[in-house]
Amino acid sequence: MESDVSALHLVLTADPVLLAIVRLSIEVSLSAVLVSALIGVPIGAFIALNRFPGREAVIVVLNALMGLPPVVVGLAIYLLLSRSGPLGVWGLLFTPQAMVIAQTVLVTPIIAALSRQTIEDLWVEYHDELAAMNVGPLRRLATLIWDARFSLVTALLAGFGRAAAEVGAILIVGGNIDGFTRTMTTAIALETSKGDLPLAIGLGMVLISIVIIINALAWGARRAGERYAG
Amino acid sequence: MRPPALDLPVMLVDVGIVARDVTILDQISLKLEAGPPTVLIGPNGAGKTTLLRAAMGLTRATSGLVTWGGREASPPTRRAFMFQRPAMLRRTAAGNIRYALAAAHVPRAKREVRVSELMADVGLNGLERRPARRLSGGEQQRLALARALACDPAILFLDEPTASLDPAATKAIEDIIRNVTARGVKVVMSTHDLGQAKRVAGDVVLLHRGRMLEHGPSEQFFNAPRTSKAVRFIAGELLV
Repeated sequence: MESDVSALHLVLTADPVLLAIVRLSIEVSLSAVLVSALIGVPIGAFIALNRFPGREAVIVVLNALMGLPPVVVGLAIYLLLSRSGPLGVWGLLFTPQAMVIAQTVLVTPIIAALSRQTIEDLWVEYHDELAAMNVGPLRRLATLIWDARFSLVTALLAGFGRAAAEVGAILIVGGNIDGFTRTMTTAIALETSKGDLPLAIGLGMVLISIVIIINALAWGARRAGERYAG
Repeated sequence: MRPPALDLPVMLVDVGIVARDVTILDQISLKLEAGPPTVLIGPNGAGKTTLLRAAMGLTRATSGLVTWGGREASPPTRRAFMFQRPAMLRRTAAGNIRYALAAAHVPRAKREVRVSELMADVGLNGLERRPARRLSGGEQQRLALARALACDPAILFLDEPTASLDPAATKAIEDIIRNVTARGVKVVMSTHDLGQAKRVAGDVVLLHRGRMLEHGPSEQFFNAPRTSKAVRFIAGELLV
């Protein structure tokens, strides 16, 4: 009970340590979602609009990758970025950039798979109409992405939810360094093990609030889409 | 003055379409040229939709030849198609027409005027800002017609344009068909409704199991059909 009150106090007084952790978490996750969107949406669109040998296997693998274990991704990125690894010369291990890379690997399959499904469903519906209107490939792609934009926003928010709630990968590649790579999830894990429950609970409150806001935004995007486009 | 109709005549020469070992069209030869509407009739599975799609260039013939204005490879710039269940783009009613105008390379400066004209042509004035998917079935059909007309087609294919519409909505579509025909657009449509065929057809094509049983002027077809199947079909018997 005492911890809960202290936690609430930290949140309400905008404790600088707590704020710094929240800010870094959001920056890392947003960056990862942005990069993932730039990679994942085109991949999803390509698979949705093209038929090629092994396509169904690619879809199965992509869907499976949505459940990638974060610690395994963290380990793989650690091995790549460690001094003896192939990308060790970049010196990115234990930096926020490494955390963005790890979260990008986790989030890209989610955005690609959801985009593929969304765009393909719309493509089935639009195919004949666009063919009859003699719409070329690029305009076709732009049309599908634009008309699916509300559903694609939901996919991006799902990716952000995954990134913001994830702990295993960024703990391994970020190192949970105080004031540098400490995020909400890694701080909660650390502070709980140390017995500093107020900060852990306070961060937990913020994290849950963010998840609720994300879901509200996803719901709002869907509603706006229905209102505007039917 | 309308630009020359490069897509006309549409010629189908011995066209056959086979899908998964099933013959959908069998040696169809047909010439579609400027003039009153050509109406395709026949029972379900006769091949009406496939014939329309082949004539539009949406479905490739397995055998035979389709030409548009004498050319084999011809993008559908002056051809338009309205599907039986048209897909409304996730935009407003006006947005759907605007899109079709852009696809037809109508200059941006002229699009808003054309949107208003086309909405008026199909009697949808005032519904410009309504999401297309929120329109009634009859309104969606009319919007699809307006969208099809956006490319200023020389030939307009309509696949069962009034299926599942009530008499008032059917009349609205038929009125539009008469108007566009009067403006020189060749209409080729399929229907189950013999009454509709009588009302709008200049010539009638009777299809059965992928074969063309009869093709002739509407009056002749309905008053003096040449085949026993046509006689039975006109009499309302079921052709199976």
